Amino acid sequence: MPEILDAGTGQLLAVERLSKSYGDFVALKDISFSARQGELVCIVGPSGCGKTTLLKCIAGLLEPSGGTVRLDGVAVTAPPKRMAVVFQEYGRSLMPWMTVRRNVALPLLKSTPKAERRRRVAEALEAVGLSEAGDKYPWQLSGGMQQRVAIARAVAYNPEVLIMDEPFAAVDAQTRADLEDLVRGIWERFGVTILFVTHDIDESVYLGERVIVLSMSPTVVQEDLTVDLPVERDQITTRALPRFTQLRTHVYEQIQRAKRGALR
Amino acid sequence: MSVSETRRIVLPKPKPRVPRWITGTLEVVALPLVILAAWSVSAMLAPNNRFPSLWVIGEAFGQTWFGSALTVDVLPSIGRLITGILIAIIAGVAIGLLVGSIRWLRSLLEPVFEFFRAIPPPMLVPLLALALGIGDQAKVLVIVAGAIWPVLLNTVEGVRALDSVQRETARSYQLSAARRVVSIVLPSASPQIMAGVRQCISIALILMVISEMSASSSGIGYQILVFQTNYQYAQMWSGVILLGLIGILLALLFQLAERVVLGWYHGLKGAERA
Repeated sequence: MPEILDAGTGQLLAVERLSKSYGDFVALKDISFSARQGELVCIVGPSGCGKTTLLKCIAGLLEPSGGTVRLDGVAVTAPPKRMAVVFQEYGRSLMPWMTVRRNVALPLLKSTPKAERRRRVAEALEAVGLSEAGDKYPWQLSGGMQQRVAIARAVAYNPEVLIMDEPFAAVDAQTRADLEDLVRGIWERFGVTILFVTHDIDESVYLGERVIVLSMSPTVVQEDLTVDLPVERDQITTRALPRFTQLRTHVYEQIQRAKRGALR
Repeated sequence: MSVSETRRIVLPKPKPRVPRWITGTLEVVALPLVILAAWSVSAMLAPNNRFPSLWVIGEAFGQTWFGSALTVDVLPSIGRLITGILIAIIAGVAIGLLVGSIRWLRSLLEPVFEFFRAIPPPMLVPLLALALGIGDQAKVLVIVAGAIWPVLLNTVEGVRALDSVQRETARSYQLSAARRVVSIVLPSASPQIMAGVRQCISIALILMVISEMSASSSGIGYQILVFQTNYQYAQMWSGVILLGLIGILLALLFQLAERVVLGWYHGLKGAERA
């Protein structure tokens, strides 16, 4: 029986003893962690440790073999209503037959009245700096801009939890830095809880308020680290802080340990 | 004098060129003109009543098809053709959507589809005449029975090829089933569906003619056959030309529709090539 670790402690998202196997292959062995309302948590781990599998289980897109995911105390068995996912493959997640504006409005068509929908789409596009691109098609935009559209779509949906699966793995370094600051900005502006998966150690420390380090598969949580950097972050000054260097070195060592552990 | 001016490279003046629209038109009409000229020359040098001159055929065209035949033969033929095409497209997409989305239905129906698709549709003319008589119903049904397959099978393939990330995006945003079909599944399958529609149209035209050639008493195909057996060769050839014109008209309509429906697709492919 999975024990409930944090019932009634005000946790928004709780992952409890989650496991996932494919036949004999154990991808996720035993994952437990939780996130408070409004937290920005980065999940980092070596390649092939099942980060995407974990996210899909949390997002209700994949059924775990064991354990549970709770959102607001309710077990997640299907994609929950107040959760949005930004996928790594922005080119395949946006609909090429819809304009940017239609793409962002798509999840709102069912339940949001027209005027309210228009306002939220405009606000989301403004938040990602794409107010002018509403009538363009995704394929007329650069990769970084396409991922901004996907972020705008998630923001307009007004989720409680925003899940991002290595969203910047396929963009160049300069664009990546801009998008990292965009995520911090959206987090501060909308107060949304963000779960950000990455394989980039620097990115996890720069972005997160907390970093959860995963081991090699069969995957467990290797460390749950609080990032005690100032809330206001800046690509130049924050990355130059001695504390930033300490934290990234620490996470780096943890990941190296995780890889060595897997070899034994 | 600025630097850019001193360094300007002087290109030789381009030769005066023939405007693009003239060369474009020439490209389109060149071969038809050659064929028509060859026909005229051969009709002049070796008169043969089976291959009358273009002038005679042209005259016959007006007399044959713009009299009472317009309402008795031409328009009903076109009406059955359009009805058959529309039913084939709508039914093909609807059935294809179901079969493409439901796995057990697919494994159940695929062998049956292969069998029916393998039957040459002209075979159905006598069968359907037995069942439904020689009215419009039977003729339209022949057209549908032959023309539905490319649409249906392409829709199944298009629906099955839905991108996994697009599917998960739709799921995670909790789009309703109807919204998913209208906004994601159908547009995503539309390039394949349109390729099927293109084939559907040409098959339908063939079957329109064949359905009128037996068990029939009117229609363009029926008239062409009557002219041929009555040695009215100019009239017969004018019917062939009429069929060609209908085919061209349908192809133009299709191109127009394709430009509207698949504008995004051509843009996407262009962006990927760039």
